[in-house]
Amino acid sequence: MTTILLIEQILNGLQSGIMLFLMAAGLTLIFGVMGLINLAHGSLYMVGAFAAAAVAAATGSFALGLVAALIAAAAAGALIELVVIRRLYDRDHLDQVLATFALILVFSEGTRWLFGSFPLYLDVPAALSGPVTLPGGILYPAYRLLIIGVGLLIAVGLFALIARTRIGIQIRAGEADREMIAALGVDISKLYTLVFALGAALAGLAGAMVGAIQSVQVGMGEPVLILAFVVIVIGGIGSIKGALVGALLVGLTDTLGGVLLPLGFGAFMDQSAATSIGSALASMSIYILMAGVLLFKPTGLFGEG
Amino acid sequence: MRREAILNIVLFLLLPVTAGAALLLDEPFIITLATKAAILALAGVGLNIALGLGGLVSLGHAAFFGLGGYAMGILAAHAQSYTPLMETPFLIEGTKSMPVIWLVAIVVAGLAALAIGALSLRTSGVYFIMITLAFGQMLYYFAISWPAYGGEDGLSIYVRNGFPGLNTLDPIQFFAIAFVVLALALLLAGRLARSAFGLALSAARQNAERVETVGLAPYRLRLVAFVISGAITGLAGALFADLNRFVSPVMFSWQTSGEIMVFVILGGVGRLYGPVAGAALFILLEHVLGGLSEYWHVYLGLLLLMVVLFARGGLIGTVAGREVAHD
Amino acid sequence: MTDRAILRVENLSKSFGALKATDDVSLTVMPGEIHALIGPNGAGKSTLIKQVAGGLRNDAGRIWFDGEDVTPLGTVARARAGLGRTFQISSLAMEYTVLQNAVLGALGRRGGAMRFFAPVMAKGELRERAMGALERVGLQDHAMKRTADLSHGQRRQLEVAVALTLEPKVFLMDEPMAGLGASGSKSMTGFLDGLRSEAPILLVEHDMDAVFALADRISVLVYGKIIASGGAEDIRRDPVVREAYLGAEDAA
Repeated sequence: MTTILLIEQILNGLQSGIMLFLMAAGLTLIFGVMGLINLAHGSLYMVGAFAAAAVAAATGSFALGLVAALIAAAAAGALIELVVIRRLYDRDHLDQVLATFALILVFSEGTRWLFGSFPLYLDVPAALSGPVTLPGGILYPAYRLLIIGVGLLIAVGLFALIARTRIGIQIRAGEADREMIAALGVDISKLYTLVFALGAALAGLAGAMVGAIQSVQVGMGEPVLILAFVVIVIGGIGSIKGALVGALLVGLTDTLGGVLLPLGFGAFMDQSAATSIGSALASMSIYILMAGVLLFKPTGLFGEG
Repeated sequence: MRREAILNIVLFLLLPVTAGAALLLDEPFIITLATKAAILALAGVGLNIALGLGGLVSLGHAAFFGLGGYAMGILAAHAQSYTPLMETPFLIEGTKSMPVIWLVAIVVAGLAALAIGALSLRTSGVYFIMITLAFGQMLYYFAISWPAYGGEDGLSIYVRNGFPGLNTLDPIQFFAIAFVVLALALLLAGRLARSAFGLALSAARQNAERVETVGLAPYRLRLVAFVISGAITGLAGALFADLNRFVSPVMFSWQTSGEIMVFVILGGVGRLYGPVAGAALFILLEHVLGGLSEYWHVYLGLLLLMVVLFARGGLIGTVAGREVAHD
Repeated sequence: MTDRAILRVENLSKSFGALKATDDVSLTVMPGEIHALIGPNGAGKSTLIKQVAGGLRNDAGRIWFDGEDVTPLGTVARARAGLGRTFQISSLAMEYTVLQNAVLGALGRRGGAMRFFAPVMAKGELRERAMGALERVGLQDHAMKRTADLSHGQRRQLEVAVALTLEPKVFLMDEPMAGLGASGSKSMTGFLDGLRSEAPILLVEHDMDAVFALADRISVLVYGKIIASGGAEDIRRDPVVREAYLGAEDAA
């Protein structure tokens, strides 16, 4: 394989990793602050993608679509937090799993009812649809490069938010001790709604940006949700840094495994067998990575304990 | 007699009475629905050992359900095409015999549960939920990307597998098989709950520190429970595949895991007959609501939400109250 | 070397960040004795009990039990070796009946938790052992009560009963008198007095009347260090103890 192809695949891995980070960061924040496992996070990803596709189709503006994705996902997040999620903070994980599983059913079928079963398409804006030339003469799609850039910017912004702002201090205090932060006079229920809406907005944005590369359809969120869980298990619950490292590891493993494993097997067996064994193993590679981390560090790379 | 005991008898009789009435009325489709309910209840009985007794919130039981299904699909596919599974180092041929298929399903699902459990039980709480979900998804993708057995399209079996002395193609006879297996599993689960193992396992759910302090290891108890649980759900998968004469990666999907958990919860978690009540209710809803609206999962979701938020004991808990057996 | 001590703790230390919860603690428990561990709140008594029971890794030090080095063993293995622990904050299976909790203890003692079919609560060896232990602490009439419905004092008694079912070689008791009330404390004191002939007790207790009535030896733990150790009279008179424990003005 050529170096150029390898670099391209690494960039693809980075791109999918950084989008996973947007999902995982919200999940891990919500778990860290509220102690809640939210299976419906994938639905918020889907809401963002559908909002972007619908608004972009109506207005012809991709940028407006992205804004719509942020707003719709944040609003949906705030709504379910107010109506359902806040009743679950004091419940055990089983109840949280069931209630948020129920939310998936409602969101998925509701979306199918509104938009039908056929996928929608969200087009990459014309200005970004071509390739750009990178140093070394590598051609790479401008839009995917933009995704990487936006994702990194958001990562930096999140770290700054948590480390430097007033709300970040409240979030960190909330992770450490719920009673203390209440004693400090912070309105906990408002903070929780805000954190949930923030996580939802990140998921919605990821859904919209990825939706322009893949198709926008019901059920698109859950495979990403499960990948984000793998990211969190690898990175450690509650750690934004862990989410970033885990997401990049998973993105790169998944992308490179899909390319390299069939090639690797092809070196010593016939091509069709190599392709089938290689791709079957590649489909399992990130889970094997997760199992490896579990063996040596059950609480994740950056988890406590 | 306690209300739950009476309710249990009613629930136990519900399926055979329904199937019997359908036989008299010549409604084979209703018999098939009752069979489906019995098989899904069996999957729930399996999960309930981990979830209800052990407190292990496994979102990956589709892995075992699917492995049971593929054990059936692969063995029967080789038998119907007269090709052996493997020839070296020794010959393994396919089979169309249910008892053999069941045994293979139980062993394969049990071994998978041992491997997945050994890893995921090193953690607890949310980690456990996420990890079991992830391993289920791993098998889902594996089934899709492994082309030898149909990949994404799955495998069709033309003729239902056989059981010595019975005609399995007759709906009522196949129902009888599924129901007897369910009854045996309920018997096993009931004995298990009252055994030394059940006492220790359930204590580990309530207070792991207490169990350690009396010199028992929670990890071992949970791992054994997870294996038994997975094996029973695997058996249900084999029966389910035989009911449909079809297996596909959908059996491995996270929705399947979620639905098996929904049976247990709708019925009442930790209640011996909870999965029976839940599976019967699920089939009923699927049939009634599914007839009313193509989007019946919306109503199922809302119902589940109501049960979780306001009726935590599920169906049996709501009818029988909170009383617990003291013996 | 023959070691008469049933339990020997050597140079045990544990820090949480900058806080030294236990700091180079050494002590022994000899056959037939009650060795009381006293000290002001936050002195590290519960940390020490937890370390001895196996629930907390040591930063340094060793623990010998019945002549064996049990330092690398966890809680389960130490319990099997014969350490019978009771908790400061009751740690029981709350959904179970009192009897079920006691049977769980008896099951731990006998082994055989991997029996899947025989009803464990049926009449037999386990149930008899469990009922016997409940009778000894005076809970026999509450055997069928849900543990969650017990008073705090009764939960304490149940903790002790479960430890009895284990027939341990040494008891580790963390404040068994707490919540018992005056008459309850008195009968528990009488009970522990008789128990020492079955197995020695390492006793953490705040009830000073009980401690001075029961203990053969007393060790005083302050800021994670043992500052004095000896008979009841020695400890009562020790000026260092009076200053650290009762406050400087009382020492005068």
